[in-house]
Parts: sequence; C-alpha cells; structure tokens
Amino acid sequence: MAPPRFLPAGDTALVVEFGDRVDAHLSALVLALAQKLEAAAPAGVVETVPTFRSLMVHYDPLQTSHADLRRAIAPLLQGLEAAPIAGRRWRIPACYDASLGLDLADVAQRTGLDPAQVVERHSQTSQLVYMMGFLPGLPYLGGLSGEFALPRRENPRVKVPKGSIAVAMSMSVVYPQESPGGWHILARTPVPLWNMRKTPPALLAAGDQVTFLPLSLREYELMLAKAAAAELVLTPEGPPTRGQHA
Amino acid sequence: MTAALRVMTPGLMTTLQDLGRPGYQHLGVPVSGALDQVSFRAANLLVGNAEGVGALEIAYQGPTLSVEADSIRIAVAGGRAPIDVLLANSEGGSSRRIAPCESARLLRGEVLKIGALSGSAVAYLAVEGGFAIAPVLGSQSTLTRAAIGGFKGRALKAADVLPLKQAAAAQRDESILPSIDLAPPKRVRIVLGPQDDHFRPASLRTLLASTYTVSPASDRMGMRLEGPPLGHSSKGYDIVSDGIALGSIQVPGNGLPIILLADRQTTGGYCKVATVISADIAPLGRLTPGASIAFAAVTIEAAEAAARQLACDIATLAASITPVRHRSVIDPKRLMVENLVSGVVSARGSGEA
Repeated sequence: MAPPRFLPAGDTALVVEFGDRVDAHLSALVLALAQKLEAAAPAGVVETVPTFRSLMVHYDPLQTSHADLRRAIAPLLQGLEAAPIAGRRWRIPACYDASLGLDLADVAQRTGLDPAQVVERHSQTSQLVYMMGFLPGLPYLGGLSGEFALPRRENPRVKVPKGSIAVAMSMSVVYPQESPGGWHILARTPVPLWNMRKTPPALLAAGDQVTFLPLSLREYELMLAKAAAAELVLTPEGPPTRGQHA
Repeated sequence: MTAALRVMTPGLMTTLQDLGRPGYQHLGVPVSGALDQVSFRAANLLVGNAEGVGALEIAYQGPTLSVEADSIRIAVAGGRAPIDVLLANSEGGSSRRIAPCESARLLRGEVLKIGALSGSAVAYLAVEGGFAIAPVLGSQSTLTRAAIGGFKGRALKAADVLPLKQAAAAQRDESILPSIDLAPPKRVRIVLGPQDDHFRPASLRTLLASTYTVSPASDRMGMRLEGPPLGHSSKGYDIVSDGIALGSIQVPGNGLPIILLADRQTTGGYCKVATVISADIAPLGRLTPGASIAFAAVTIEAAEAAARQLACDIATLAASITPVRHRSVIDPKRLMVENLVSGVVSARGSGEA
C-alpha cells in the first residue's frame, strides 16, 4: 500500500490521506492515527475528524504550523497498525413498514429482491460506523452487499423525516433530525441519535458496529412515545468480542 | 424582574454568535460562530467584554430591541447602519442617533433601532456582560440548520425576550474605536489543495485569472460564486467523503465554486480545489451578493504569516479603543492635547480608513 499522503487544507487544517476508497482497513488506520495523535497531543491541534479514508487535523496557526505538525505526525505513522478499534455493538430498532420506509418498494424493484429480502439483508448485516458527518450525530455505515450499490436518488427530498434510515452506494445513513437528503429510505428508528442532554450527545461513534432490529408499526409507535418522554434508553450489546476488537 | 432585551422587529437574520463550537466535528457538529470575527471582537471590546462573549450577528437589516433592564451598554461594529435610540411610545421626536464603533448606554424603556447595513453584509451588537443564555457544547453560537445553540436554536423573531447577564451598566466614559478596515482584499488569498489534482491545469489557471460574483444563494454555510466554471480532470468531482476546513472551496459537477464558511458541514463528498486562508475569512464574511471576488494562490507559509499578522492587527485594534468624553463637554483643544482628534475625525468619516 502506498504511504499516507499529507495534503494541505489552508493554514488551519491538514489532511492525512490513507487512500481513496471506502474500506474497513483504511478506516481502521485512520482511527488508529486519531488515537495516537490524541495521546501524543502535539501543541496547536484543535481537533481531528476521521473520515472513510483520511484524518483531517484542524490546528491553530498561531500555535503550530503545517511543517511542525507534519514533523509531529510522521513518526506516528511509522508502524501504524490497523488494530480494530474497541467500538461498541448496537442493535438499533427500526421499522421497515411501507409508511415509514418510503423507498422500500422502489429499492426492492431496483435490486431485484422482494421487500422482505431487502429488510432481512439490510437489518442483519453488521455495518461499521466509518465516520460521523453532514449533521450532528449522523453516522455513515458501511458493509452492505453489492445489491445496495445504488446511486443517490435523482431527485433528492427536501425533507427526510427524523430517524429515517436510508441506503446508497452500499452504505447506510440515519438522519438524526429532519433534513434534506438524497438517499433511499428503507426504515425509521424511534431511537434518538442525537440527545443534547447526554454526554456525548451522539449515540454512535466511528468504529461502532450496528445491526437493525425490525419492529412492527405498533412497536415503533410505542417506542416513539417512550422516546418522546425521554424514557427510551438504548445500550450497546455486551462487551466487544475478544479478538475482534482491541 | 429579569434584565432583558425584547425583540420588537427581528431584522432579516439576527442570530447569537461567538467564536464558534470547535471540538465536536468528529460527531458531525459544525463549528459555526461569527462570520466576521474581527468586527465581532471589536464590538465586545468596546463594551468592555472579553473578545469572545456571545453577541448578536446582524445580517443586512438590523433589529429593533426594547430595553427591559435598568440600563445597558451596547456597541455595534461591522457594516455601518443608522442606529437610533427612541423612547418607547414616542412619536419619533425624541430620538438620538448613536455612532457605530462607539459604546452607548441605554435606559429602561428606550428602544434601539438598527437600520439597513452598508459596507458589509454583517454587523455585531454586543451588550456589556453578554446574554444569559446557556452555552451548548461550550458555545452560544446558533446553528439554525440543526437548531443548536443561540436563542432556541434559531434566528430571532418578534416578541422574543433575550435575557441579559447584567441588570444595569454603570455610568462611565464611553469607548470609541477610531476605525476598522472593512475594505475587501483585492485578491482573496488561497492555498491550493487538497484535491487540486481533480482539476484540469486550465481550470486552475481560470480560477486564478477570473473574477467571480457572489451569488444571492449564499448563506452562513457557504458562499456560492458565479463565473467561469472549473472543469474537472478525468478523476471527476465526486470523492469519497473527507474533512472540510474553514474556507474550503468545493466544486460540484456544475464547476461553480462554493466557499464553505462558519456553518459548513464537517465532511463532504465534492472535491475541493483550494482553501481560503484564515486571515481572509472575515473579509469574505462581509461580502454581499453581487460583490466581485478574485483569487491569488499563496504558500502555506505565507498563509501562516498572514494569520500571525491578523492576530497583531486585532491586538492593535484592541489597543486603539479609547475613552470618549460626553458630547456636551467635548473641547477640540483639549482633544488635540490628548492626541485623540485624528481618531475622532476618522470615526466620523468613511469608517474604512
């Protein structure tokens, strides 16, 4: 594999780029560097943002410089190992009823599956949170099989309902709040993915593993009512499997 | 009774902002904060606040606010606007006009009316002591898109009541800032990358040789530009999403650049040809739709030197704030002796010395 590249992003950020693909190995390298950098804590680093294939390092140009940071980061890349991150395992309730999974029938048609097969394959595949972005608390999940390699919708929706779970390009996203969006909506979760009363407010973090637990419409409505009363608490499933996580 | 400002008319887009909300981008939370952080700091310093205290960002058209506190001290810095203090219920006969970049004390029942801005898209209204509004994730900045921070996560509306930290402002000499340079840079400085290799060489020449126009579709998230489109190389415009810096210039499929500003998304899937240097971000925030913009490429080292220069300029600005005696006792001879007159004259001039 080619060595990581340093790319400039002005005088307040630099990019450490490991590759240009959505790939679990690249993602593990990105997260490993983020951890090492946090531990090394070089002066002037404001925050880091892991993405599918790169780490963006935001810095204060009054406290450090692009050159100094490159010198601080280069040794961290030596022997960097893609050790799996100690992510949590979540089983997130999701209702695939056609009234909420607005594009389920369309996705079934495009993939040549019947709707029940779409639900089964989408909910049972363990998906990795590659990164958070676009909106507070929004996870990008990867790991779906090839039939979900759909392009985005030609006509993006102006309003995607809060909690919608949508697919495109073999990935899933969950919209933590109402938002414009161009992905294909399969389901909706009653679980809040962003809660300002909690620390941190985001339910998920890069490195977590997610499967979905299909709900009936009735179960969904009951859980939604609980969520509205702040009585819905979702906890990750058990400790990470030994050997699979660091 | 709680000290407050009551919103009579909200202005076009008035939001509470500070220096932003860094530290949560890995959770998808944009940084936000004042678009013009030079004017923002000046407004705070004029009322005696620390430079990062939350203040109202006014876009294009100012609000009308009624004082529901024993007394308050305010200052407006940034775009110039008529700033009038009216007595509530008055027929308009007893108003007084106050100057931008000068603090003023208002009493209960008075109404502060800020008109249309000129010279900049934004101005900042700071109040001595600041607003008694709980910070969210360490910041009072408003991100309307996600309804985070500020006053109820949104722009001000009529009848909002903004609580203040201070019930009264002590009488003292008011402060004046002789001038802030709001003039746009002849060329906005950029550092090429991170994805300049997604563009044809001719497109990079076009970017550096052309004049673009600020589109009316611009907002706090991004400044959209109209002008010659930038053709992508065979690598195309889509990338696997990566991070976005303040000032990133992303170029989607139509080839028209978008400069990402305070409310920018944390990550994105369009390639970014260059990044505006941090020292030129505040001037960008002042531009109004229809303004012209041209670019010059600089090295990272030059960009970092410009950042240090801006920090010096802000320190100089802070040091140039001086007390001003009450109008009725101004004595030009005494001012001359105290070597203040040039500043006073400048503040009555264009304000852009």
